[in-house]
Amino acid sequence: MSLLELKDVSMAYGGKVFALQDINMTVEKGEWLAIMGPSGSGKTTLMNIIGCMDKATSGTVVLDGIDLTDVDHQQLTTLRRDKIGMVFQQFHLIPYLTAVENIMVAQYYHSLPDKQEALAALDRVGLKDRAGHLPSQLSGGEQQRVCIARALINYPVLILADEPTGNLDEANEKLVMNIFHELHDEGHTILTVTHAPEVGREAQRAVIIEHGRIAGSEAKAE
Amino acid sequence: MAIALMAVAVGATIISGMITVYREIPQQMGREFRAYGANLLILPGKDRTTLSGEDVKKINDSLNGYEIVGIAPFLYERLKINEQPILTSGTDFSMLQKVSPYWQITGSWPQAEKREILLGAEQAQRMNIKPGQTVLVSAGNDADEETFVVSGIVHTGGKEEQFAFVDLALLQKMLQKNGQLSLAQISIVADGAALESVSKMISQNYPEVQPQLVKQIAHSEETVLSKLQALVLLVTVVVLLLTLICVATTMMAVVTERRREIGLKKALGAENSNIICEFLGEGCVLGFFGGILGTGLGYLFAQVVSMNVFGRAVEFAPSIAVFSIVLSIVITGIASLIPVRIATSVEPAIVLRGE
Repeated sequence: MSLLELKDVSMAYGGKVFALQDINMTVEKGEWLAIMGPSGSGKTTLMNIIGCMDKATSGTVVLDGIDLTDVDHQQLTTLRRDKIGMVFQQFHLIPYLTAVENIMVAQYYHSLPDKQEALAALDRVGLKDRAGHLPSQLSGGEQQRVCIARALINYPVLILADEPTGNLDEANEKLVMNIFHELHDEGHTILTVTHAPEVGREAQRAVIIEHGRIAGSEAKAE
Repeated sequence: MAIALMAVAVGATIISGMITVYREIPQQMGREFRAYGANLLILPGKDRTTLSGEDVKKINDSLNGYEIVGIAPFLYERLKINEQPILTSGTDFSMLQKVSPYWQITGSWPQAEKREILLGAEQAQRMNIKPGQTVLVSAGNDADEETFVVSGIVHTGGKEEQFAFVDLALLQKMLQKNGQLSLAQISIVADGAALESVSKMISQNYPEVQPQLVKQIAHSEETVLSKLQALVLLVTVVVLLLTLICVATTMMAVVTERRREIGLKKALGAENSNIICEFLGEGCVLGFFGGILGTGLGYLFAQVVSMNVFGRAVEFAPSIAVFSIVLSIVITGIASLIPVRIATSVEPAIVLRGE
């Protein structure tokens, strides 16, 4: 059974304006899939639905065996907390908390904060020595690595990354993509949303969306 | 947040200050009202025409729990002054000055046990007598005339201007009524209810006397006090409302400023209950510290008001401090309700839209 399965998924605002239309796709456990497309193509809407932050107006979305169309708002929150790890283009670290505390926030809402585990997660992305620094004291690449450590802390079944290198320079982009490769090699399932072809090409497979519909897909040549 | 803290502190300052003043007003104003004369009279009981000095002493002893400004004894008798029959009162002038500080004297008060007399302004004008002149006083048609020096003329604007006043012991001796009194005027610091209970206690314990409240004074005092207290209460309520609005506005600004953080927390799995607890918790902490700060400042505020208005210091009341801190917490809690509702309505998806 696929980890994620979308069947005839549509999202219409006001019943008329379709942001997504008849999306059919699957993501297997351990797979790295890129969703690509230009701005306004519906990538973010799709990410919201997969990330349990919104519900499709029609079709079915099954994540780790759970049909997301059948759950209520409260259950969506629980699923988001337990199953998804999110990496944001703008990092979204809380400015008045240190790197390790930002990771512990995710632990706090999931179960219990554990500083040692949070430090281990920072170590995993090579930032243990920056644990006590505020986001403003970290470079963009370091902030994104903290964001990745936060996404991993609760052992999610799916890592959702929205334009993970969108705000990074080339050197940091390479560093972050290396971490994604390592995570993939460890067996993590990753879904990256990007409009940058060079980032999309890093994934095993890419799905291209245009005007709310799947316009094509391409697999990475091994 | 600093603005909200200041708003709570200012609110708590006014509230704790006003409550302290509100609580102090009856006592402080009660003292002020004592300048307008006695508020309790002790008259002879049924079937008696006079009181004894002993009766008054016993009553004085029984009031040791109250702040007594003074007890002025009076013995009334119609004497002939320069052949004119004038109602004359023997009294203790040192006590009279305490009980009736509003009396205006031209000249000076008579000295104890000296043949000096205080004439009411009306009588002095009628007889064309000025301070320093002498008058002939006799207790009756057959009694000897004695010479008294008019030490002063009294102006009260009341019926006292028709009387004459001499030393009590002297009059008692002249009339051979040693130890006898017609009545005693008591000036006591107490509100209407306390005065009623004093009167009740006296009439129960001392049947030989009859207490009587000076209703005009007691009623005026109650009216002024209730109006003053209502005004203070009104100001307190208005300040409470202003604090509520100010804190609510600031908290709304805080929520708006932290929308992205709220969205992030929700994206990380925070439930609405987590967001509610965080913001209400912040509101309560704000209320607690603002309340402590404001309570301290409020005490100083009340102290300044009391010193300037009543000329007396107020005591620190722990109950008022606790009340104003709790009230500050409740107010910030209530003020946080709308901002908290806005916070729970923030969608986690905003973090993906980059808003």
